[in-house]
Amino acid sequence: MRKYSVFAIAREAMRAHKGWEAQWTSPEPRGAYDVIIVGAGGHGLGAAYYLAKEHGITNIAVIEKGWLGGGNTGRNTTIIRSNYLYEESMDIYEHSLKLWEGLSQDLNYNVMYSPRGVMMLSHNIHDQQVFKRHINANRLYGIDNEWMTPEQAKAFVPVLDISKTARYPINGAALQRRGGTARHDAVAWGFARAAADRGVHIIQNCEVTGIRRGPGGEVQGVETSKGFIGAKKVGVSAAGHSSVVMEMAGVRVPLHSNPLQALVSEPLKPIFPCVVMSNTVHAYISQSDKGELVIGAGTDQYNSYSQTGGLQIITHTLDAICELFPIFRRVKMMRQWGGITDNTPDRSPIQGITPVPGLFLNCGWGTGGFKATPGSANLFAHLIAKGEPHKLASGLTLDRFRTGRLIDEAAAAAVAH
Amino acid sequence: MLLIHCPYCEEDRSELEFRWAGEAHIARPENIAAISDEEFAEFFFLRNNEKGLTYERWRHIHGCGRFFNAARDTISDRFLMTYKAGLPKQPVPVAEEFAAIAEEKSVETWEQTEGDAR
Repeated sequence: MRKYSVFAIAREAMRAHKGWEAQWTSPEPRGAYDVIIVGAGGHGLGAAYYLAKEHGITNIAVIEKGWLGGGNTGRNTTIIRSNYLYEESMDIYEHSLKLWEGLSQDLNYNVMYSPRGVMMLSHNIHDQQVFKRHINANRLYGIDNEWMTPEQAKAFVPVLDISKTARYPINGAALQRRGGTARHDAVAWGFARAAADRGVHIIQNCEVTGIRRGPGGEVQGVETSKGFIGAKKVGVSAAGHSSVVMEMAGVRVPLHSNPLQALVSEPLKPIFPCVVMSNTVHAYISQSDKGELVIGAGTDQYNSYSQTGGLQIITHTLDAICELFPIFRRVKMMRQWGGITDNTPDRSPIQGITPVPGLFLNCGWGTGGFKATPGSANLFAHLIAKGEPHKLASGLTLDRFRTGRLIDEAAAAAVAH
Repeated sequence: MLLIHCPYCEEDRSELEFRWAGEAHIARPENIAAISDEEFAEFFFLRNNEKGLTYERWRHIHGCGRFFNAARDTISDRFLMTYKAGLPKQPVPVAEEFAAIAEEKSVETWEQTEGDAR
C-alpha cells in the first residue's frame, strides 16, 4: 500500500490523480481463519488492526452484514471525551482518548480528530454538585476537566444564552479541553485500510446466520450467507445486533436495543467552537467542518431495530437547542437518522469472555461507543489474542451482572454519553 | 410516534401518554432470597431483546394509569395486539387478519382529531 503524504498528493496532481489505489480489497472468504470478528464498524475493524499490529495475528476476517462503517459508526454525533466518574470508565475512555491523539499518524489516515473541547452545561444546584464531583474525580485520576462560571462559558461559546430569564438558566459548566470530535467515516475507512494492508480480510455484504460449536461447546466458526467459515476464536462486535448474534451461540446478554436519533442542519459559516452538551435538558450540539450543526437527541423508550425513532424525541431536543442558543431558531434542519444502540442495565459496556470457549464479546457501548473506538478496539484485540481481558478493561465483564459489581455510569452520567 | 391501543380505555392514543415497561410475562420468583446468583441475574438483567415479535408491558401513565401487555414487531415498530395484564401470552393474529387490522388502524391525522374537535 502506498503511503499517503504531501509528496503523494504532488505526484498524483502531476498525473491527473490516476495512481490512487483502492483503500482496501474485498476478497472472497477463505475456508478458515485464526480469528473472525463479526461486525465491521469502528470497533471491529480497529480490533482487527490492533490484532495485526500489536499481536502479530494477521489471518483475520472481519465479517459485515451491510457495508463497513454503515451502522452506528456512520450514525453518531462523533463526540469524544473521557470525563466519566468511575475508574473503570475513566480507564477505558482515557485510554481511548490518548489513542485518538495519535490515531491519524498511526493509521496514516486523517481522522480529523479535533480537540475543540466538550462543555457540559449545569442548570441547577444538583448539576453543579455532580459536575464538580466529576471534575474532582477526573483531576485526581489525571484527566483534564475544569469548572467554568457562566461568564467564562459564554466567553468560550459566544452564542450561548446565559441570561437570568432564560428558559434553562445556566449556573456554570464543566469543560474538558482535550475532548472534541473526529470524522466518523474516516475512522472506519482508516482502520479498514490499515488492517487490509496487514492482510486482514474485510468481507462485506455477508451476514452471519449461525455460530457453530463443537462437542465441548467451543466455537468452531460461523455460518454465513457465503457459507461456513471456520475459526477457533470469534469476536462479536455487532453493536445493536449483539444480542441477536449472541443468541446464535445460545448466550443471553443483558442488552436493550433502542433507536437513538441525530440530525444535522443546513451548513453555516463557522459559529460554534466546541461541543456543548446539556444532560438536564438533553441536547448536544457541535459544528462539523462542513458547517452543519450536528445535534444529538435521546433514545426512544422501547426496544426497536427500526433505525428510526419518534419525531417527539427530536422536537424535544430542538426545543432545548433553540432555548440554549436563540440564534439558531431559524436554522433549517437538513437530515435526520437513527441508529440502534445496545444499552446495558448499568449503561457501561461489556467486553470480555463469554460462557462459550473461544467466543469473545464487545458490546453495550450504548449511546457513547464512538469516543471509545480506538481504545475499545485496542483492548478487544488484547482480549482475543490473550484470551483474558487487559487490566484496563477487567471490570467490564459479562459476569458483573451475576456478581453485582456494576459500573453505575447510568446515574453518574445523568444521561447522554 | 407510535399509536397505542389501551385495552382498558379501549382507545388508540399517542405514545406520549404511555410508558414502556420492559419485557412481559416475567414472573418474580416465589422466594427471591432462595435463588442463586445466576438465577437472580437471569430474572433481573437478562432479557430477550428480540428482533421481530416481542411481548412487552406498557403503562398508560397519562391515561388510566394501568399496566397492560402488547405484542409488537421490533423491526417495523408496529403493534400486533394489546391485551390486559394478567392474561396469558396471547397468540398473535395471522398475517391476513393483521393486514386487515393495519388497514383499519390508519395514522392519527389532524383531520381526524383536531378537525373533528373543531
